[in-house]
Amino acid sequence: MSLQDKDRIFTNLYGFQPWTLDAAKKRGCWDNTKKLLQIGADEIIETIKASGLRGRGGAGFPTGMKWSFMPKTPTPERPNFLVINADESEPGSCKDREIIRHDPHRLLEGALIAGFAMRARAAYIYIRGEFIYEAKVLQAAVEEAYAAGLLGKNAAKSGYDFDVFVHRGAGAYICGEETAMIESLEGKKGQPRLKPPFPAGAGLYGCPTTVNNVESIAVTPTILRRGADWFKSFGRENNAGTKLFQISGHVNKPCTVEEAMSIPFRELIEKHAGGIRGGWDNLLAVIPGGSSVPLVPAKEIMDAPMDFDGLRALGSGLGTAAVIVMDKSTDIVRAISRLSYFYKHESCGQCTPCREGTGWMWRVMERLREGKADVSEIDTLFEVTKQVEGHTICALGDAAAWPIQGLIRHFRPEIERRIAENKGGQMLEAAE
Amino acid sequence: MADAVQIPDEADVRARWGSFAFTPENMEKARTIIGRYPEGRQASAVMGLLDLAQRQVGAETNTQGWLPVPVIEYVAAQLGMPYMRAYEVATFYTMYNLAPVGKFHVQVCGTTPCMLRGSDDVLAACKSKGLVKGGTTPDGLFTLNEVECLGACANAPMVQINDDNFEDLTFDSTVALLEALAAGKPVKVGPQIKRQTSCPEGGPSTLKAMVTENHDYRGEWK
Repeated sequence: MSLQDKDRIFTNLYGFQPWTLDAAKKRGCWDNTKKLLQIGADEIIETIKASGLRGRGGAGFPTGMKWSFMPKTPTPERPNFLVINADESEPGSCKDREIIRHDPHRLLEGALIAGFAMRARAAYIYIRGEFIYEAKVLQAAVEEAYAAGLLGKNAAKSGYDFDVFVHRGAGAYICGEETAMIESLEGKKGQPRLKPPFPAGAGLYGCPTTVNNVESIAVTPTILRRGADWFKSFGRENNAGTKLFQISGHVNKPCTVEEAMSIPFRELIEKHAGGIRGGWDNLLAVIPGGSSVPLVPAKEIMDAPMDFDGLRALGSGLGTAAVIVMDKSTDIVRAISRLSYFYKHESCGQCTPCREGTGWMWRVMERLREGKADVSEIDTLFEVTKQVEGHTICALGDAAAWPIQGLIRHFRPEIERRIAENKGGQMLEAAE
Repeated sequence: MADAVQIPDEADVRARWGSFAFTPENMEKARTIIGRYPEGRQASAVMGLLDLAQRQVGAETNTQGWLPVPVIEYVAAQLGMPYMRAYEVATFYTMYNLAPVGKFHVQVCGTTPCMLRGSDDVLAACKSKGLVKGGTTPDGLFTLNEVECLGACANAPMVQINDDNFEDLTFDSTVALLEALAAGKPVKVGPQIKRQTSCPEGGPSTLKAMVTENHDYRGEWK
């Protein structure tokens, strides 16, 4: 049976109702939060572990386990910090935006609970700079929560002191990487740090830090209220919970929607997005988890379960559950080449394979798009993506390589067709 | 970096902006921002203060604003950090304009989800109204740039103009939007079709009770 409205966490997802504290309380936010905290920090972590919640920012690391890495007895000189990643910049992703502008108190209550569980002194919510309206709403919600005694000293009368601060970014995809985000919070360029040390050992200002995605934090109050078993009852084993899916591209009605994990792709699209434009026979390929994951051809994805393991089995990934649908009118090489341009634009420039490789890969992709290349260059390009992948400090190099690898894996005949077509018309130009 | 703009640091820029200082109102805002970070960590406020400074320059020039070098120097001095550290930040993040822009900074998202839904049409509409990528119209009204994913993919294609998003665009609605802005007429922010935020067009497939009332689903929990 599919997910019912009563089991949806983000009930004001579309903003039909106000985001304000009054309205949020009527929907169940901040309802005796003190009681949720009274079970104790360790018990909260155990509950989150038992719920099977995996990080909603893309990597899918178990959230409860991440929290358990934080020191249990922080000192005043070296407090623990929670950093909430609201730098939603992955092409295709637009879910955190809806949480922040329409239900910010779910996030703030989650921040207090998560912060308490990991013994953090404060949370910084790093929101991408382009979310200007969303940052205004969030800041206003924070001020409401302080005025109502829900944050700050003795937060929600729990006896625990906890601050929440909003930090606005200024336009850099890379700041969604956790150590780049920490650098940026410290007032520097957002260039990722080498790990180790991991943030839980030395993060923001050298203090123990955990970075969590907005959605991961915002679902925790409901998990505590309804129990780990409730959350775990959705989705397949190891892929628990409900999830915000963001459906864009060639569907009849693009939208963001909360569904149970592991929902089959076809059901997700039929039920909420009004079907594929031009019908299911017109489906070409799908990027199921945001731009960083390889595309999946139509016939493989149609009945696949939308979860971490199901999509990994197809050589792709759930990522942020940003589903980019492409029908047969798509210039597939251009679609992927545009992503290559994105990564070229967003490379921070720190590691040579990524700084040089992203530009190189984009230029070759553009030539393949027009067919102005030799067939052997497809193999060279594939080889170069393998040289970039895994040879950089952060995963941006991997993210730039995977979409191209996916394209070559599944659409090599299309690339070769363009080259053959082009050769028929003109001689190959000498390489630059 | 080769495509980065040349940063004006000529004598006339220094003459115009050399004595830049926050207005009392912005100074108050700056103090609030600095107060969010621990003692001795005020460098963390550099992004917020640069944004504030850019907005003040914008207000003084009736544009979206930009960051002349003397203004970056001023922000660095406020935070007691070396100028070069603030300059690094200003050049690293795309939202800081390092050269003057027009009254309306038209930022068309061109990344794949928007491209699939017709960002080419949006750019063509901009071109039809005389906007040129990377340039400002002679009347100083519009600066056009193609930008990377702005995180509104379920409402693609979209454009951000100064502080506002305009979503679910077509060629015609983009033209209408630009004409309204040029004429100083009020414009509707958000989706340009009949649609509630990222809800499916024509009405929600879920949570229908929320449309008319602030429904509390807790009574249905078991």
